[in-house]
Amino acid sequence: MELVSLFITSFIVNNIIFMQFLGTCPFLGVSKKIDTAAGMGIAVIFVITLASIITYIVHHAILVPLELEYLQTIVFILIIAALVQFVEMFLKKSAPGLYQALGIFLPLITTNCAVLGVAINNIIYEYSFVKSLVYSVGTSSGFLLAIVLFAGVRDKVDYADLPESLKGSAISLITAGLMSVAFLGFSGLQL
Amino acid sequence: MVIVKAVAVTGGIGVVCGILLAFAAKLFHIDVDQRIIDVRNALPGANCGACGYAGCDAMAAAIAGGNAPVNGCPVANAQAHEKIADIMGTTAVEGEKNVAHVLCQGCDSLATKKHEYHGIKDCKAAAAVQGGNKSCDKGCLGFGNCVEVCDFDAIQIVDGLAVIDKEKCTACGKCIEECPKAVIEFVPYKNNVIVGCNNRDFGKAVKDVCKIGCIACKICEKNCAFDAIHVTNNLAKVDYDKCTHCMVCVEKCPTKAIQGDLTVKKQAM
Repeated sequence: MELVSLFITSFIVNNIIFMQFLGTCPFLGVSKKIDTAAGMGIAVIFVITLASIITYIVHHAILVPLELEYLQTIVFILIIAALVQFVEMFLKKSAPGLYQALGIFLPLITTNCAVLGVAINNIIYEYSFVKSLVYSVGTSSGFLLAIVLFAGVRDKVDYADLPESLKGSAISLITAGLMSVAFLGFSGLQL
Repeated sequence: MVIVKAVAVTGGIGVVCGILLAFAAKLFHIDVDQRIIDVRNALPGANCGACGYAGCDAMAAAIAGGNAPVNGCPVANAQAHEKIADIMGTTAVEGEKNVAHVLCQGCDSLATKKHEYHGIKDCKAAAAVQGGNKSCDKGCLGFGNCVEVCDFDAIQIVDGLAVIDKEKCTACGKCIEECPKAVIEFVPYKNNVIVGCNNRDFGKAVKDVCKIGCIACKICEKNCAFDAIHVTNNLAKVDYDKCTHCMVCVEKCPTKAIQGDLTVKKQAM
């Protein structure tokens, strides 16, 4: 039950984009079309889940015994970058279909602060291994939900008759802000 | 001492990651056909998808794999096709160059409107309301969906009508696919004489909605000395293989529906 509540909380209530404001760069950058947005979202789920497993192990097996917890940011960045490279090579060889589907999004994710954010949150909240796994799947699914919803709204906004000064990024930022306000409605939810 | 430990751990993790990646690069190495890279470099790189593949990379793989013809890229010029054929060790057969053309001349001043349209500025949306706001239900609506999809900046809206610059057009066919009125068609690049109308009505029915439409009077058909223009389904159509650019039909057409550059007129024999 605790795990289900953790999942829902990280998925909707503490949505990584609308409530924690992490990973807004790909959120705004790759949300012009619904199918590319979904591709990005799925790639993020994949990488965040893998990254949180590896960073959890590295943190507890290397950094804690050596009392080097303050190095976690730089070490995690290093690990995430290497991991994405490795995953890309692995997929290219063993699952070309998946590699084609994820395409350009995989290397893009290296610079996604949501990945680092989840890895560090796992440590800050002192989650166990299983909990941190659930937390990362929930959070990254939240990213997928947010980016697909946003891409859908942008699709409609494209056809709207906008004032010249609001066209492009301006209306996107306003839309994102309004969606964030809408997600505030979940904040009282207790599970 | 603390700093040495920190440097050692960070550096150590970096080195381990580096070694693992180098090892993985060897282990997961994939031999890429050199021809795919060469063909990819010879292609225009517009990723327009006109060839039917997802992009230039997919097209290069298809050509190298023998699944696509060496001149399969409609955007590349003859030179590029030759280069690709060279890489593949065959010879390219050059087809005739086509360009897209809007078969409508009913600009805002010549064609009448059947209703005021205040909806989304989008051809497909406008076409959904009683087939568009132009009285002629076959004509160009002029909201510029084709302009949006053109990757080569070849289309402009002039006086409520899409006009394609044939020098810029690469015949990728995206506008043809996009147009809800199916008013855009491929014509040979070298051809100048084109019937600029898409209306299949006869006589007055056309005249009432557009001053420059083809009324199917058959004057062009009767005057053509080369049997190169025929009226079928109430619409004149030039046979581009037979047309000699004598411009007789252009001059005779009572509604000026036939487009042709009279300065390149040739003496009819």
